[in-house]
Amino acid sequence: MERIPVLRMGNFLLVTIQVDMHDQLALQLQDDLTNAIERNGAKGVLIDISALEMVDSFIGRMLSDISAMGRILDCATVLVGMQPAVAITLVELGLSLPGIATALNVERGMSLLRGKLSNLDDHDANER
Amino acid sequence: MASSGMIATVLKQRAGELNAQWLKDLSTSNAVSAQGRITPDELEQQSRQFLQLLSAAAQVRNPADLKSPEARPLREFLEGLSRSRAQQGFSSGETASFIFSFKRPLFDALRTESGKDAALLADEVWAATELLDTLGLHTVSTFQKAREELINRQQQEMLELSTPVGTLDSARTQIVMESLLQKIVDTGSEIAIIDITGVPTVDTLVAQHLLKTVTALRLMGAECIISGIRPQIAQTIVHLGVDLQGVTTKANLADALALALKRSGYKITH
Repeated sequence: MERIPVLRMGNFLLVTIQVDMHDQLALQLQDDLTNAIERNGAKGVLIDISALEMVDSFIGRMLSDISAMGRILDCATVLVGMQPAVAITLVELGLSLPGIATALNVERGMSLLRGKLSNLDDHDANER
Repeated sequence: MASSGMIATVLKQRAGELNAQWLKDLSTSNAVSAQGRITPDELEQQSRQFLQLLSAAAQVRNPADLKSPEARPLREFLEGLSRSRAQQGFSSGETASFIFSFKRPLFDALRTESGKDAALLADEVWAATELLDTLGLHTVSTFQKAREELINRQQQEMLELSTPVGTLDSARTQIVMESLLQKIVDTGSEIAIIDITGVPTVDTLVAQHLLKTVTALRLMGAECIISGIRPQIAQTIVHLGVDLQGVTTKANLADALALALKRSGYKITH
């Protein structure tokens, strides 16, 4: 079955969506990703959707859901490289994805994740 | 047309002579080479090409019939010529006189060729006039068309580039939104400033569009600052119940720019 690979990079997981998403694929990704977060103890997930040219409300919700699930599993999610057309579609669908961190490209997304992580570390250190 | 035979002969046999004479005329008449918009080399190349094509077309049949397939290279050359003249900012008169100025050398050559036969010369001159007039008029009409295309394109570009000054209708807001998002992708900018100082009023639709733009920008990973909101617009926005919470607003462009620089990690020093 077709799957979207979830790559591990140190503390982070990297997901690059290169194909057109259909509903089954999206559900599979949700499943794989949450499992991978648990298995690897990942602290951050970076989802690159720069190749994604079309979204529907289902995919939009899936993106939002993945981020919410990540939060519960103590893992920050950053969505990078959204195309203008996709952004406009999501906004028109009323899916403004509140609470999801975004970045223009993978590089900036990575530095955002690292920033988040070091903030968390500082926070933990203060609590101790 | 029987008389086109002589024009063809003249064009063929006296090509070098005609070209030299024509170039001399062109360089003295300021209408064509005005203000150095076109170099003498270019002019020479164009006149040579024109002569060749005209001569080639005249050998086969009456070149004044521009629709014939034989005249096609000539027609295309004229169209190309007037298009480039239009872009270089020549007037239609200047463009046409490039063709018309060929009359003199051609008439001279015809006179030499026809010797003492006045009736023949009159016929030939008439045929030559007709021919060059047709070519010249065709150049002018193509020139007009090229100018119109240029104006249309400029209008389109203006529409795309226009910062919102004057009324913001929803069509314009849509264009602003789309070109802004595309620019973010192209330049990789992290912060966009939308300055609406020049906008007198907004309606619900436009306010919604602004809000959508801000959200779309956030989704793409960029930030947006809106500056220059007039008191009137602030009142309208609140009365319309549009929620601008979570959107950074600044009183003027300078403040917005200062904030943008600060967020990018730059500092203004005196």
